[in-house]
Amino acid sequence: MKEASRWKRAGGWVDLRGRREGGLAFLLMRLTGIGLVIYLFIHLYVLRLLAQGPEAWDAFIAMAKSPLFLALDGLLILGILYHALNGVRVTLLGLGIGVPHQARLFWGVMTLTLLMTAVAVYAIFAITG
Amino acid sequence: MPTWQLRLLRGRPGSPPRLETYRVELPAEAYLIDAVEKIWAEQDRSLLFRHACHHASCGACGVRVNGRERLMCITPLREFSPDRAIQVEPLRHFPWLGDLLVDVSPMMQWMAEIGFAIIRRDELTADRPLPGGIEQGTRFEDCIECGLCLSACPVMAADEAYLGPAALAAIERMLAEPRDGDTARLLALADDPHGAWRCHSAMECTAACPSNVDPASAIGRLRRRLIVEKFRRWIGGGR
Repeated sequence: MKEASRWKRAGGWVDLRGRREGGLAFLLMRLTGIGLVIYLFIHLYVLRLLAQGPEAWDAFIAMAKSPLFLALDGLLILGILYHALNGVRVTLLGLGIGVPHQARLFWGVMTLTLLMTAVAVYAIFAITG
Repeated sequence: MPTWQLRLLRGRPGSPPRLETYRVELPAEAYLIDAVEKIWAEQDRSLLFRHACHHASCGACGVRVNGRERLMCITPLREFSPDRAIQVEPLRHFPWLGDLLVDVSPMMQWMAEIGFAIIRRDELTADRPLPGGIEQGTRFEDCIECGLCLSACPVMAADEAYLGPAALAAIERMLAEPRDGDTARLLALADDPHGAWRCHSAMECTAACPSNVDPASAIGRLRRRLIVEKFRRWIGGGR
């Protein structure tokens, strides 16, 4: 329907101007989805170290316990939690359930995501520290 | 009388659009369509925009006002401050014809393809007496085919083949009241990767709709019906 270049179309969904909670939820869902797919490939790439022997794996584990890496784990948990919780919200809304409450559901998802991430990050640093 | 600043998107296809600021004197009780019409009448007759009924019945004057999809005829100037410019741009996801004008014919063609009726059964006055002198009530469909929902939908930005919220809501409405229509054809239209399943529940369509059509809920009901139909086929019940 639109007469625009493929790239401009692909970038159109990133445009948050004039969008409300639903649009923001949609954008975050896509960004976390892309992030999780990228993470999956990184995860599989790292797992190949197992085939290179205990030294290679132990060296990676030592690096994975650094504060920067643990902070990245927190970011990963944030993305997973948002994607999963908003997935439940989108499943309900996609079937026409709770549409009038979609904005409140979004803020509920955000609150739960941040609370659960905070608990998880605290647990990660407490266990490794 | 306050002076309002309007920043209108101007230009024609083939050259980069630009924002131009205009000033108009109008009372705060006036509406945005009054301001744009005054600019056209007194300052620039080359300004392209659509308008007709001036009371949210025709859906012609849809634009984006400070980024959000609105009908100019029901957007009061008192919502804004004379100190800050009101930015008016054409709708997204339609072919741009120039200035504030877009070509809504792709959406209209879908509505015609679906066979969307303008008049619905009069359920509002069915069980109550009509006022004296009126023999029969006529109830028009809520959708005024303004295209605001298509402009607000982020999925429209990424998938040009997507049917869009207006057409999907029209299919759901036609299935609810088929009037001897071809429901199997409508279900097949909706049951497509670019149909009801392409919606990502961003809910912007329902938020933008000026006519309480609630396309997001309609798409949800349509999906439920499609799921039921699929189950029926799987267990051999046919359509």
